Amino acid sequence: MVAPQGLGGRGAINSVLPRDLHPGAWWIWALGLAAGVSRMVNPVLIGLIVLVACFVVMARRTEAPWAMSFRLYLYLGLLVVVIRVVFRIVFGGDGGGPVVFTLPSIPLPDFVAGITVLGPVTRDALLAALYDGVRLAAIIICVGAANALANPRRLLKSMPPALYEVGTAIVVALSLFPQLAESVQRVRRARRLRGDPGKGVGSLRRIVVPVLEDALERSMTLAAGMDARGYGRAGRASRTERLLTGTLMLAGLTGLCVGTYGLLDSTAPRFLAWPMLLLGTALAVGGFAAAGRRVERTRYRPDSWRLGELVAAGSGLAVAVLVHVIADRDPLVILTSPGSAPLLSGAALTAVMIGVVPAFLTPPPVLDPMAEVRA
Amino acid sequence: MIELRDVSFRYDDAPAAALRHVDLTLPEGELVLVAGRTGSGKSTLLGTFNGLVPHFSGGELSGDVLVDGASIRGRAPRELAHLIGYVGQNPLAGFVSDIVEEELAYGMEQLGLDAQTMRRRVEETLDLFGIASLRSRPLRTLSGGQQQRVAIGAVLTMHPRVLVLDEPTSALDPTAAEDVLAALARLVDDLGLTVVVAEHRMERVVPFADRLVLVEGAEVRDGPPAELLVDSLVAPPVIELGRLAGWSPLPLSVREARRAKGSLGDLPAPVPPTPTTVAPLLTAKGIFVAYGSVVAVRDVDLIVPAGQVVALMGRNGSGKSSLLWALQGTGKRRAGTVDVRGQDPGALSSSKARSLVGLVPQTADDLLYLETVDQECAAADQQAGAAAGSCRSILDRLAPGIAGTGHPRDLSEGQRLSLVLAIVLTASPPVVALDEPTRGLDYIAKAALTEILRGIAAEGRGVLLASHDVEFLAHVADRCVVLADGDIVSDGPAAKVLAESPAFAPQVCKILGPGWLTVEQVAAAMA
Repeated sequence: MVAPQGLGGRGAINSVLPRDLHPGAWWIWALGLAAGVSRMVNPVLIGLIVLVACFVVMARRTEAPWAMSFRLYLYLGLLVVVIRVVFRIVFGGDGGGPVVFTLPSIPLPDFVAGITVLGPVTRDALLAALYDGVRLAAIIICVGAANALANPRRLLKSMPPALYEVGTAIVVALSLFPQLAESVQRVRRARRLRGDPGKGVGSLRRIVVPVLEDALERSMTLAAGMDARGYGRAGRASRTERLLTGTLMLAGLTGLCVGTYGLLDSTAPRFLAWPMLLLGTALAVGGFAAAGRRVERTRYRPDSWRLGELVAAGSGLAVAVLVHVIADRDPLVILTSPGSAPLLSGAALTAVMIGVVPAFLTPPPVLDPMAEVRA
Repeated sequence: MIELRDVSFRYDDAPAAALRHVDLTLPEGELVLVAGRTGSGKSTLLGTFNGLVPHFSGGELSGDVLVDGASIRGRAPRELAHLIGYVGQNPLAGFVSDIVEEELAYGMEQLGLDAQTMRRRVEETLDLFGIASLRSRPLRTLSGGQQQRVAIGAVLTMHPRVLVLDEPTSALDPTAAEDVLAALARLVDDLGLTVVVAEHRMERVVPFADRLVLVEGAEVRDGPPAELLVDSLVAPPVIELGRLAGWSPLPLSVREARRAKGSLGDLPAPVPPTPTTVAPLLTAKGIFVAYGSVVAVRDVDLIVPAGQVVALMGRNGSGKSSLLWALQGTGKRRAGTVDVRGQDPGALSSSKARSLVGLVPQTADDLLYLETVDQECAAADQQAGAAAGSCRSILDRLAPGIAGTGHPRDLSEGQRLSLVLAIVLTASPPVVALDEPTRGLDYIAKAALTEILRGIAAEGRGVLLASHDVEFLAHVADRCVVLADGDIVSDGPAAKVLAESPAFAPQVCKILGPGWLTVEQVAAAMA
C-alpha cells in the first residue's frame, strides 16, 4: 500500500476523507457525555450538552434507518420531562419557595397519610422536577446519539471473538424479524381469500400455524445454509483448554458479583469491594482471551481504530472527567439548587463544549451510494 | 471429483428408500444437470455430496461418498465447506448477513483466511458476476436474479472444487435465469469448476450441460444428455420435438434443432383460433396500485372473457402480483374500477369478493392450516356456504386419488396446488386467478395443471394467470398481456405476443418460426 504523501501521510489523510468511524468510538463519546450529565443539576449546562449531542449527530450521521431514529429519542426525552413535571404537580409534596398556583386538593383517607394529591404547587417543587426530568432526558438523548451515529451491526462485529456466536445470533434474529412480520402480513391477506371473517380464537390459529410453519422452514434452511458454508467449524480446543476457559469465566463472574455486593453494602468488609471487583474483571478478561485464542475465524474488513476514533472517544472522556473535577472543586456551578439561578463558569462551559469537537475533527461519514444515484 | 459407491438412503419413518444402490462418478470440470420428477430424490442426491444428507436431514445412508478421492462419510457439511459450495433453493432464506459484501466474505471468515486474501477474493467475485455496483446494497433490496448471483458468489469465494445448486433459476424470469446460467457456464469454462445443477426447467440448462443425471424412482442413470434424453420421463420441448421428428442424435439446443428442421418439410402452419367475441366476465379500467411513492401498476385496462385463459407476463417485480391482488379486491388500489357481474369486488366483504374472483396466491400454502385434507375441505365448504362435500368433489375432479386423512404438507407440490385451487373454486367464482402456479412443478405436473385450467375455462369461467414460465403458457394461454414497470406493453392473442418477444418465445416458436407454440401442434400438423 502506498501512503498518500504531501498532506502529512496516512493518518492525516484518513481523518479528512470520508469513512465510517468505529462504532465503539461513538459509544464512548456518547457515554462520556452521559456520565457528565449524570453528575450535573445545572439546567443550562445540561441543555448545552443536549445541543452538543444534536449538533454532532447532524454533522456526522449517515442516511441509514438507525440514523433517522434520533428524532424519536428527542421526543422520548421531551415526554420524560413532561411526565416528571406532571407527576410532581399531581403528587405535590412541599418543595419550598413561593406557591405558583393552587389546585383543589383531593382529600385522602387517613391510612395514606403523607401523600397529597394536587393542592398547592410551589416554584421550587416545579423547578426540581424540571431539572430532574431534563437530566434524565439528556442521558436518553446521549444514548440516542450513539445509536444514530454507530451502525449497530458493525458494533456487533466488533465484539471480542469469544462473543462471536452471540453476535451472529443477534444479526440473524435482526434479519429474521422483518421476515416474520412479512410472513404474518402475507398469511393474513391469504386468509381473506378463504372468506374467513377473522374473528375469535380460531382465526388466531389460522394465522399462527402457517406463520410458524413458515418460520420453522426458514430457520431449517438457514441452519443448513450456514452449516454448508462452514459455520461452527473453527473450534479445535482440547478438553483442558475448554475446562480452563470455563473455570476462568465462572470465577470471574463470581468475583464480579461479590465485588459489586461489597461495593454497594457499606457494612461488608472492604476487601470484598474493589479488590474483589478488580480480581473478577481480570479473571473474566482472561477467560475471554482464552476463548478468543481458540477461534480460528478471521474478520473481513474490521473497523480500525485510528486518529478519528481517538478524537471522538477522547472528547467524550474529557467531558466526563472535567465535569467530575469541576464538580469537586466548584460544586455550585455544576449543582444548581432550585431556589437560586444557575451559575456558569468559563471552565464548566469549556468542559461541556469539548464534546462538540468530533463534529469538526473526525472524518465525515460515507453517505449512501444510492443517494448519489438518485440525486 | 465426486464418486458415489452403492449409496442407498432412506428417510426416517419413510416406507421406501429415497435413493437405491446409486453408483455415480462425476468427473472434474463438467456442468452436470440433475433432472427428474418432483419428489424423485434430486435434492436428496445433491445433499449427499456435502453431507447435508444424512447429517442434517436425518435418515440412514449406506454405501460410500468420495469427494476428491477421500471418503466424506461421517463428516459434517461445515468441514467440507472449502471443497463443496452448496446453494439452496431460496437464496434469501440462506443469507446470513445483510449486505452484499459481507455476505460474500462470510464463508471465508469461517475458514479463517487472512484479511488481504478475503478482500481480493471479494473483489474478484464481484467482478466475475457483474455485481460490483451492488456491493454495499442490503440483500433484501436486490432482485431475484441478483440475489441468486450473490448466493453463488458467496460460496465461490471459498474457492470450492465443486459447486452444487438446487433449482437456481426456478423463481427467476427468463432473462434473469439466463444471466445466472451464463455466470455458471463461465465458471466451468474459465475456472474448471465442477458444477452440479438440479433444475425442473430443463430447457434452460440442457444446452449448457456436459452430463445428465436422471433420478427416476430412487434410481439414478447418468450419461451424455443426447443419449439419456431419448427416453427420459422428463424432457424439454426441444427434445420432445426431436423425438417426434425422429432426429438422431437429438438436438439439445434451439440452434441445433433449427439446423435439423429441414427434415420436417413444409408443415401447414397452425391456424390461429378465430377471435370470437365473448362477453367479458371481468372488466378492469384504469387500475393504479401504489405502495407509498412507488407505483406498482399504472393505468391498466384488462378484460377477462368467459371461457378464456389470460396470461400476465413480465419480469420479476413488473407488477403482476399487485395487479392480481387488486383485481381480486383484497389488495388496495389507488384508482380504477373493476366490474364482475355488475359488482366491484374491492367494495365488497372478503367472502363476497371471493365468490366473484378467486385467487391462488404465489405461496399457496398460506391458505392451508388444518391437519388433514378432509378437514380443509369441510372448512372450505362451510366458509363458502356450499353443500357438504362440494370441495371434495372438485378436488377429486382436479386431482383424483388424494387420501383424505393425509396432512396437506405431506402432499406433493402439484397435489397441494390442486387442493388450494379446489378450496378457492368451492366458492364458485366466475373468475379464477393464479399467481405463479408452476413453481416446483415438473413437466408432467404442468401438463396436468394445463388440463385442469383448460377444464375450468371450458366450464365458462375466466382464468387469469401470472407466470413467466413460457413453455407452460404456450400450452394454456389464449391471450397474453405483458407488463413492464407497471404498464401494459403488449396485449394480444398468445401466439402473436409470445412470438414477438425474444425473451418470452417458447422453444418450438424459436425453432419453427412465428405461429408455432407447442410440440402438440407439430404432431397434429404431421398427422
